Amino acid sequence: MNSRPVGQFDNMSNESNADGPQDSRRSLIVVPGEDLGSSEGIEAGHGVLVVGDRVKSTKQGRMNRKGNTISVSPLHTRYMPRPGDLVIGHIEGCTNNIWFVDIGAPFNSILPMSLGPAKVEFGGTRKVLDIGDSILCRVQEVEETHQSVVTMKGMGLRKIRSGALDELDPHLLGHLIGKGGSFLRAMKMETDCRIVVTDNGRLWIDGDLENILEVRKRIEKISSEAMIAGVGA
Amino acid sequence: MGGYGDVQMIDENGLRMDGRKPGDVRPITIETGVVPVADGSCRMVWGTNEAIVAVYGPMEAHPRKIQKQDRAVIDVAYNMAPFSTTDRIRPGFNRRSREISKVTQDALESVVLLELYPRSKIRVSIEIISAEAGTRCVGLTAASVALADAGIPMTDLVVSVASGKVNDVVVCDLNKEEDNYGEADLPMGILPNTGELVFLQMDGDLSPEEFKQAWDYNVEAALQVHKLMVEALKGGAKQ
Repeated sequence: MNSRPVGQFDNMSNESNADGPQDSRRSLIVVPGEDLGSSEGIEAGHGVLVVGDRVKSTKQGRMNRKGNTISVSPLHTRYMPRPGDLVIGHIEGCTNNIWFVDIGAPFNSILPMSLGPAKVEFGGTRKVLDIGDSILCRVQEVEETHQSVVTMKGMGLRKIRSGALDELDPHLLGHLIGKGGSFLRAMKMETDCRIVVTDNGRLWIDGDLENILEVRKRIEKISSEAMIAGVGA
Repeated sequence: MGGYGDVQMIDENGLRMDGRKPGDVRPITIETGVVPVADGSCRMVWGTNEAIVAVYGPMEAHPRKIQKQDRAVIDVAYNMAPFSTTDRIRPGFNRRSREISKVTQDALESVVLLELYPRSKIRVSIEIISAEAGTRCVGLTAASVALADAGIPMTDLVVSVASGKVNDVVVCDLNKEEDNYGEADLPMGILPNTGELVFLQMDGDLSPEEFKQAWDYNVEAALQVHKLMVEALKGGAKQ
């Protein structure tokens, strides 16, 4: 195996005029096509590709090495649905027996009448959930083609009628929630708001207007700080 | 290719009209994240060319007939702003913009891992704000930076540079006069990490030796531009 530290490459910037410790963090940010070292004894994780005997990055992000697995945590991501994910979706369209739901993924989800919030007569879908409504739902199934099915059968899954919605990049949710939910719990206590954080990066916030604004301010702060190298992991 | 052989664009010292040597590239500035609502964006100033590129997606492909069952499609729209040149350009698509959109799309399709997003669409909008010469190269290069900024998985960045022939001398990165009155133009799209070619066009005549020289100039310039792209993408993280 190549003994050279994986974060140091020939084609990376090693200027001596960089600002002290920031330089070492800088070297961890990689761009698509960048060589991450030899693939011998290495397992490719998220955002990397093995080309011949070399490991290459496919995304702009922060390189991580855990054991013999190399991965890249991207600085920007789009939500990719997984079964069991709690998501907030917006109704984008409907037929007689299906709602089309935008869950922020590359492809719209469907909510069949049988998995809807209430008993619906054939052709009466718009009476229950109309275009533009927001819903709290769960991903039931994801096909290979990324087409997914969501369900509203489950505890707490409902149409959203009050409060405010906000968004955060899905890979930053960890910074909002904290270890064991500590940050989120503290924020709920401090702002006296009801907050639901969903896996597609959408948040539902309910409470007094000032408190909602305070929560949104904090979320915006997390989002802007996330661009700093090292936070996107 | 005006072919005005009597227009002297290289002086006796071998310098060009703007003071560059034959292999020199115009000054370049690259900035990412310039369109806050887009998933990824890039502003590239290359000499007096300026392009802004915004990337949206992957998203559901509409209309459904454009969907591919096994991969995503890239929808590139290259457009020159009406005020981008001294002669006003009629707004909307024309033959030239359709051609450039097509070749840019083909070049990008060879690096983006499209099979990860079946039946979806990645929208790339290239807007030329100021045009001098080589806007297709600026558009393609900026588009690859914007795609990387959007977190779209790619095997490499694409760098596009053009070389050409002026007064029987091969020069790199043609400016407006050289492009209009020169004898040949060779834009290329190169993957800097592998040296693969994803885009090649030629206008005018070049001998095999001149072609080789123009090729070498393009590859050399592409490596220089790639360094700037990497810096921009890493610097875009506000370190």
